Amino acid sequence: MPTEQHSAKSVLPEGLPAPQSTRDGLDQGFWDAARRHELVVQRCNDCATFQFGPEWICHNCRSTNLGWHRVSGRGRVYSWERVWHPVHPALRDACPYMVVLVELPDAGNVRMVGNLTGDARDELTIGTPVEVVFEDHQPGFTLVQWRRA
Amino acid sequence: MNTIKDKVAICGIGETTYYKRGTAPVPEFRLACEAITKAADDAGIPVTDIDGFASYSNERNDASRVATALGLPHFSFSNMFWGGGGGGGSGAVANAAAAVAAGYAKYVVVYRALAQGQFGRFGQAAPAKTISGDFAYTLPYGLMSPAQMFAMRVRRFMHEHHVEQEAFAAVALASYHHAQFNPRAVMYGRPLTREAYYESRWIVEPFHLYDCCLENDGAAACIVTSAERARDLKPKPAYLMAAAQGSDYRQNAPAHNAPDYATSNFKTLAPRLFEMAEIGPQDVDVVQAYENFTGGVVMSLVEHGFCDADAVMDFCVYENFAWPNGKLPLNTSGGNLAECYMHGLELVLEAVRQVRGASTCQVKDAAISMVVSGPMVTPVSSLILRG
Repeated sequence: MPTEQHSAKSVLPEGLPAPQSTRDGLDQGFWDAARRHELVVQRCNDCATFQFGPEWICHNCRSTNLGWHRVSGRGRVYSWERVWHPVHPALRDACPYMVVLVELPDAGNVRMVGNLTGDARDELTIGTPVEVVFEDHQPGFTLVQWRRA
Repeated sequence: MNTIKDKVAICGIGETTYYKRGTAPVPEFRLACEAITKAADDAGIPVTDIDGFASYSNERNDASRVATALGLPHFSFSNMFWGGGGGGGSGAVANAAAAVAAGYAKYVVVYRALAQGQFGRFGQAAPAKTISGDFAYTLPYGLMSPAQMFAMRVRRFMHEHHVEQEAFAAVALASYHHAQFNPRAVMYGRPLTREAYYESRWIVEPFHLYDCCLENDGAAACIVTSAERARDLKPKPAYLMAAAQGSDYRQNAPAHNAPDYATSNFKTLAPRLFEMAEIGPQDVDVVQAYENFTGGVVMSLVEHGFCDADAVMDFCVYENFAWPNGKLPLNTSGGNLAECYMHGLELVLEAVRQVRGASTCQVKDAAISMVVSGPMVTPVSSLILRG
């Protein structure tokens, strides 16, 4: 497990909607782990299938016995997009920025959306290896971001 | 096989003037009523014969309010197709058709009204301070608008099948070409050149400005009835050969986790559709394919069997899509890109016009006309009409 992951300067400006766990607690474990700078993915305790986002039932075996499994935080770019047109006031001066879809080979190839750190104008190809970066925000939430590995 | 094939028809179509977003001179509800009454006029039936309603995408103009406002004596069926975007454009017609075939109602109107200037815009993020649920995995990262949601899928599709921008340009250029013949079109008199397409600003790569649908004000409606009743009415019936809706395996998996990702979500639908119609894609004369974004059009044409995924760059060219000489005339009214963004219901109306022989880009001897609704959303839907 990489332990050197630390807070980076935030990729996007403050003011975007802050993630909050659902009232029913479905994804509480994910956001709590991110605050501890741990990347976790929901996994079925019966059949070991990963799923993300989390759900109340395993899509593979229909078990409701699900837990959170810590993963390495190493992945590869599955797809990407460079955003030029801001659709939120907080992003007015933040374009272009890069959104990446990262595939996690050690978590059943589930994918996570995040921003890529660094210069958004740099060329990026699908398959590029990346690793997780935890980006702490006030008040009290952490985003899961990615940098080139 | 017991299917709905040939049992129902679209007997009337109507639409309001199509306006630039925010410029409709009357409220959205009045637009809805106007489109519905025009569809009844077109069918040659009194509006009071309408006894059922079907719509999609959380249509704001509630069927009960419409029935009340229009003073309809019989209100026998109401139905809303789940899901957002244009995924329900054909599905709402299918649901109306099912109601007619089941005997729930005689004349079901399918309608959609939009006046985004009077409500929120689809292309702008809501000003929430916090977000939970599926959007918590995307919005805080600036992945917020429909263009941003779907660019990711389209990029992956391009990667897997060596698809280049020119395939998307072909869709945009054909749509604008067709709009130049259509006085209803918002982009009538405003042609698009290939240079202007490529020089237009990026919204989100790989979408240029002209890869994105318009946002408009207006309303559209069509009336579905039995084949027998349609035959007795003045307009040439557009018989429903087939309709299908649905979604592929786990397409709604949150945070872009659909197992088959580089898809517009028609892979399991299209075989059902063609089986019901008892035809193949080679029999289709003209296609109206929902364009939220051009990339989704290309993907949906592939998934309906019009070309192989690895042959996109050969097939998806302007010359094939452009009326009158194209092999597969596409979006012949201008569609969501250049006629009007009426959430794809204008595509159904155009498909009807094609089999009536009444399009402004009339495909010669068009007998079979197809509509594809809502690429990349879930659920999606498609239908096939014949004259």
